[in-house]
Amino acid sequence: MAHAEIDFGKASRAALQDPQLRANFRRAMDGLMSKRAAQFADSAEWHSMRALGASVRLRALSKLPELLEKLEENCTRNGITVHWASTTDEANAIVLEIMLRVNAKLAVKGKSMVSEEMHLNAFLEKHGIEAIEADLGEYIIQLDHEMPSHIIMPAIHKNTKQIAQLFRDKIKEAEYTEDVDQLTGLARRVLRKKFMNADVGISGVNAAVAETGTLCLVENEGNGRMVTTVPPVHIAVMGLEKVVEKLEDVPPVLSLLTRSATAQPITTYVNMITSPRKDGEKDGPREIHLVILDNGRSKIYADEELRHTLRCIRCGACMNHCPVYTRVGGHAYQAPYPGPIGKILVPQMEGLDKRGAMPHACTMCNACVEICPVQIPIAGLMNRLREEAVHPGPAVKDAGAQASKAEALVWKGWAATFSSPTAYRMATTVLSAVGNAAPASLPLLKEWTSVRAKPRFAGRTLHDLARDRGIPDV
Amino acid sequence: MSDARSSILASLRASRDAHPVETVASDFTVLREKRWGPAERLERVKRMMEAVHTEFVDATEQDWPAVVQAFLKDAGAKTVLYAPATEAGARLESSWADGGPELVRYDRPVDEFKEEMFTGIDAGITQTLGAIADTGSLVLWPSADEPRLLSLVPHIHIALLKADALYDTFWQVMTENRWAEGMPTNALLISGPSKTADIEQTLAYGVHGPKRLIVVVIR
Repeated sequence: MAHAEIDFGKASRAALQDPQLRANFRRAMDGLMSKRAAQFADSAEWHSMRALGASVRLRALSKLPELLEKLEENCTRNGITVHWASTTDEANAIVLEIMLRVNAKLAVKGKSMVSEEMHLNAFLEKHGIEAIEADLGEYIIQLDHEMPSHIIMPAIHKNTKQIAQLFRDKIKEAEYTEDVDQLTGLARRVLRKKFMNADVGISGVNAAVAETGTLCLVENEGNGRMVTTVPPVHIAVMGLEKVVEKLEDVPPVLSLLTRSATAQPITTYVNMITSPRKDGEKDGPREIHLVILDNGRSKIYADEELRHTLRCIRCGACMNHCPVYTRVGGHAYQAPYPGPIGKILVPQMEGLDKRGAMPHACTMCNACVEICPVQIPIAGLMNRLREEAVHPGPAVKDAGAQASKAEALVWKGWAATFSSPTAYRMATTVLSAVGNAAPASLPLLKEWTSVRAKPRFAGRTLHDLARDRGIPDV
Repeated sequence: MSDARSSILASLRASRDAHPVETVASDFTVLREKRWGPAERLERVKRMMEAVHTEFVDATEQDWPAVVQAFLKDAGAKTVLYAPATEAGARLESSWADGGPELVRYDRPVDEFKEEMFTGIDAGITQTLGAIADTGSLVLWPSADEPRLLSLVPHIHIALLKADALYDTFWQVMTENRWAEGMPTNALLISGPSKTADIEQTLAYGVHGPKRLIVVVIR
């Protein structure tokens, strides 16, 4: 999707016309919200846990450069090779170089949002390397050449029938079945062969521990363990904000992550990797590489307010609770990260010229802020980005790109009218008298009236009515 | 790519020094206070793990190898991978009766029998360091003697749990046992058989890892 025209408004309108898509999301999000609420039924515990989670993330951000150096030092000591990449191009080049050195033809992948940022699969394919997604949801959308529509449940936009059809069309040995166990069993058979034969395993990182040089991964399927244990080489990619200071910081972060994401007390597997295969050990990769990616994060970190975007632990709860996301679905955003966190993260990574529409797709209902397990003030950051979009400045890439002379003029007129009693009186008198005669198709009014009724002006102003009742002007 | 390294670190350092991040102390009391009595712990581990399709079998220090063998025979397992160099492995070897599933030694690098492991092994047996009441999780530290894939590739995973090796929280396990002073190659929590809900949120077990997880509680 990287090269396609990005038009969030158009994509949203199309999504809203798709009743199947809306039903799939509504059903899934309703379920996720109620299950998550049950996980945090003890309100005192929830408040203490999220305060702890926020403190862990803030402490990590407060020492970010030192912790990254410490992580590198400890990983290196443990035998993990650390690489740094400023851009996704650099990260892709690092991964490719490792692959070519070991003559890799097949890579199996665990779920990784950073690899989505990198468009790594398409990049590897271009260089003749097959990269197979092994997480079932990712595997499904890869078969259909789609992007994830949710960061935790990438195939949430599809129902069983659609997946059954897809499997029959795309997998040679498949017969049509809507039995979920059979569909899962089919994926198991196909992917086990891939695990066995893969030259390289690629994974993300949920938390990297500076103190011990440990990479932590949570997952339910076992594919994450497969890709990090079976192939002879493991490459982990992480955003530079994923580091935590201490090992004891991991339990609260993972607890908040798994409970917020899928309402599980913990995932089936918590996988903590500290070194490649040591002498005498009988399995595990012989090489582990950790690629630490910036891709705009250091710029986000530079702004005192916006840097709180980097607290995120990628649980996806904000999208589950977002009234906009639930209606338009994940694909409308045309971005690796949809929903509230996407709306503040992606414009900062890719710039407000390309992504200026995203922060506007928010009703300011604050639901995401209330459930964020690390207390990111998402709505506040959304507002800040709306301002950045129309005011040129250094804080965000392409700030000011959405500035419009017409809009600026309207606001100036508005301010002038509302700061002068005479002008205000004149304006309301005129609008009361002739406002309703204005056709709904007027240039600026049309934007509003295309999907809403035209507002009606009252014949008399509130001030007039108040005066009639003997309430004096102040 | 050392240019990337120095420019990233320099930029982060300059930003942080110009505007330090305000922090609050991390208060772990909420985790410290999660406590259960000894009997409650096992009951809770069982309840939470059974809710995600884990099966429990009771045994004693004397009879567990026979219990495991009988269980696997019933389950129709033909081949059982085990770690001969561990204490449990030695017990299995010495007490495995004829006529049951065949014991297969995991005593060589996986590279030498990868295909056999993926296609010809029905069950794997591992020890555990204990279990966690808070989340219903087993704690495993695979080692040179007890490799990582034992608990992942075979369709059935038999995990041996000593009934007195129970903890309250993951945080307690790592702090009391001072994990931060030396982590193994791989440390694991396992809370059930492999599962997925990626097809319309319908739970399905046994997607990539074991289809069944059997915890043998040894008293």
